Amino acid sequence: MTDSARARARLNRNLSLETIIEPQPDLGLVTMNGPNDPEPGLTIVDGTITAMDGKTADEFDLIDRFVSLRGIDLEVANEVMHLSDDEIALRLVDVSASRDELVRLSGGLTPAKLARVVGRLDPVEMMFALKKLRARRRPANQAHVTNRKESPALLAADAAEAAARGFAEIETTVGVARYAPFNAIALLVGSQVGRPGVLTQCAVEEKRNLELGMQGLTTYSETLSVYGTDAAMVDGDDTPWSKAFLASAYASRGIKVRFTSGSGSEALMGHAEGCSMLYLEARCLALIRATGSQGVQNGGISTVALPLSLPGGTKAILAENLVAAWLGLEVASGNDAIASHSPIRRTAKLMGQFLPGTDFVTSGYSAVPKYDNMFGGGNYDADDLDEWTTIQRDWQVDAGIEPLDEAQALAVRKQAAGAVQAVFRHLSFPEITDEEVAAAVVGYDSRDVPDRDRAADVDAADLVFAEELTGVDVARALDIAGYTAVAEAVLGMQRLRVSADYLQTSAIVGDDWRVESAVNDPNEYTGPGTGYRLEGERWEKLQSLPHRLDPGTLAPAATNQTAPITVLGDAGQGAGRDEVVIGVGPAFLGTLRATINGLEHEAVIGALVDGVRTAGGRPRLVRVRRTSDVAFIAHDAARLSGSGIGVGVQSKGTAVIHRADLEPLDNLELFSMAPVLTLDSYRAIGGNAAAYALGLRTSPVPAELDNYARVKHIVQTALLHARETADVEENAAPIEFTLR
Amino acid sequence: MADFDPRTDYPIGTRRPDLVRTPGGMALTDLTLEQLRRGAIPDDEFRTTPETLRMQAEVARTARRDQLADNLDRAAELAKVPNPVILEIYTALRPGRSSLEDLEQWARRLETDYDAPAIAGLVREAAAAYAARGLLA
Repeated sequence: MTDSARARARLNRNLSLETIIEPQPDLGLVTMNGPNDPEPGLTIVDGTITAMDGKTADEFDLIDRFVSLRGIDLEVANEVMHLSDDEIALRLVDVSASRDELVRLSGGLTPAKLARVVGRLDPVEMMFALKKLRARRRPANQAHVTNRKESPALLAADAAEAAARGFAEIETTVGVARYAPFNAIALLVGSQVGRPGVLTQCAVEEKRNLELGMQGLTTYSETLSVYGTDAAMVDGDDTPWSKAFLASAYASRGIKVRFTSGSGSEALMGHAEGCSMLYLEARCLALIRATGSQGVQNGGISTVALPLSLPGGTKAILAENLVAAWLGLEVASGNDAIASHSPIRRTAKLMGQFLPGTDFVTSGYSAVPKYDNMFGGGNYDADDLDEWTTIQRDWQVDAGIEPLDEAQALAVRKQAAGAVQAVFRHLSFPEITDEEVAAAVVGYDSRDVPDRDRAADVDAADLVFAEELTGVDVARALDIAGYTAVAEAVLGMQRLRVSADYLQTSAIVGDDWRVESAVNDPNEYTGPGTGYRLEGERWEKLQSLPHRLDPGTLAPAATNQTAPITVLGDAGQGAGRDEVVIGVGPAFLGTLRATINGLEHEAVIGALVDGVRTAGGRPRLVRVRRTSDVAFIAHDAARLSGSGIGVGVQSKGTAVIHRADLEPLDNLELFSMAPVLTLDSYRAIGGNAAAYALGLRTSPVPAELDNYARVKHIVQTALLHARETADVEENAAPIEFTLR
Repeated sequence: MADFDPRTDYPIGTRRPDLVRTPGGMALTDLTLEQLRRGAIPDDEFRTTPETLRMQAEVARTARRDQLADNLDRAAELAKVPNPVILEIYTALRPGRSSLEDLEQWARRLETDYDAPAIAGLVREAAAAYAARGLLA
């Protein structure tokens, strides 16, 4: 243990819980530009790839083989593979190089070349390139909704609120696998209460997952994980061909599919083959594009903490999002599992995706508290929602979450929990009690919701598969129970699968069932003023935080009550070495009557006067009218004072002790922290002013210091000062007054 | 689909609902709650069709997304393959599950029973790759 108290304080921070390591490339513990990554290269003989990235065709593994057969546009390869890394990297940040053109060029690049080129960019260049290359015009977001008890009422309520908050997709999963159909139904019903058209999925074992989709209980899937080496892929019990087949199978049922990959998974599985995370991820992404997937969720995902233990981890994750977008894929850009113990690090990392905007800024924002998150905890959760929307407002950036009034949130939660209760009743599933519904509406997490008979639940859930219960059955149940609008929406989700429009790249469903994808709503950013900009109605909506205040309500209204003072006329020059002139601002005991922390002006004057008198001084009261600046108020008072000592006090409470022979902006003592001043403080200020007047030695009044006072009160300060300044009368002489 | 224009007719469900049919031939506009109440929609009609998926493939190809288009064409071939068969083929394609003969049989069945040459091609491609990498049963 260190002797340094400061070092100990730092060790007490959450960051010290993390393991920060040096790279070890032979284990794949290196983020990008690894020493063992192959030299990019491509040999094409008679229209066939015979060598790629340091291997000849007979040395190809499954991934090389699949990519070389389906993933490389040979004509484009001839055009771009010979270009230098920097030449291509320059185009990524060249605003005049269009997205379409860049995506076309990416089709001719090998994984090693993709990783190498992106590795030439710095973080801001990567963010700019990502902004340019995002597939869909408007960024969106995906939510995670789970709970430990698998309470259907709570799942439905949380899904409804997430949908009402603007999430375009909502994902759930299970603690117990057999719960999958129930969780899928709760999510489907809840989401459609919140906003019709929100896509839902339930991440479970691949076969079960496909069945849920086939039965119309889910509309998308992103469980198709791929890895950058054969060994890791086979450990995952799949091959590029089985995954490609699965992708086609989902599409054949009108189910949207997105693959999953991410830095660190291969190293974690012990199969990195000595390569860098970014190179392996580039292999995954080239493979994903080759399978014909419209998109991917990447950016570390569940293994995000591993790259973050290494130098350049945050940057490498941004780089992998960028490679995915460059390949023309929809990108759900991570920020889902907990990346770090440190909130500062988490948010520093988030900015890489938050500011450029991605198709889904997170691959799962935990719309529930961390306790109930079954996806690795949730890098951001329900408690952070107001921060997220405030940061959107700070940057004027749309990161896919809308502010929601409490009353609206409660209304959709209630309707959703009630709707799923009705569905359970109609389908003869184990009852959801009124008590469960009520708790799901207002509870914090699943600990607030009554326990269910889990044995009965899973038995009934099995029947959903056995009897092939479908989304149409759910719609019918809702309709019979009188939830007509929700029934319409659930049926709308079934209809989506028929037209299959949302199988195109980056598709989400907007208002009025309008499918928005990279086909009909592409990102066409070409510089300032183009592309998606948070403006107009949407900007109005995102800045309308429920906790915003009307500044007019913060400062007290100007009073027109008669001030309790007697004006004696213009203030003259004082005489007497014991005099202390107390100068107040133009609004003091005029249009304003109390300081920023609510001290009545009369009481403040009383304390100052008392302080001066007790210390043997003789107070005189003047109002300075020509200025609202506390230094000048105090200096004017000092110049009127027989002793040359004056006290200035603004209406908001800020005070200064001044002396006539000092420069106006100099002073004897300044009390700038009005919010922490008490009547005792003003009494002490009066006492010290008298001591200065009488030429006595005195210690400065101890000033309270609260470094958050300024942050907390800065708006009120501005408003009160504006009021004071409005009462300034140019060139008006100071007037003398007494309290009545 | 002579009058289908992949450049302008997307989203097909909104712009050209007349081109979209269910497997049983119902129009998209018939898939309403009203019809459901009347029992006028048979079970399993809320499914896409090979024809619709081919149109989506054309949309993707026109947008220069060749691999996605190929995937949607393969999906069109699978649209009429029953759920259990899909799950069987998927299992057969997982590592170490099938012999070369098993996979060749699947390929032939896909061609003859389901008119699915692209999927059959994918299966044969997998068989060759698995043979080269020791992933056959």
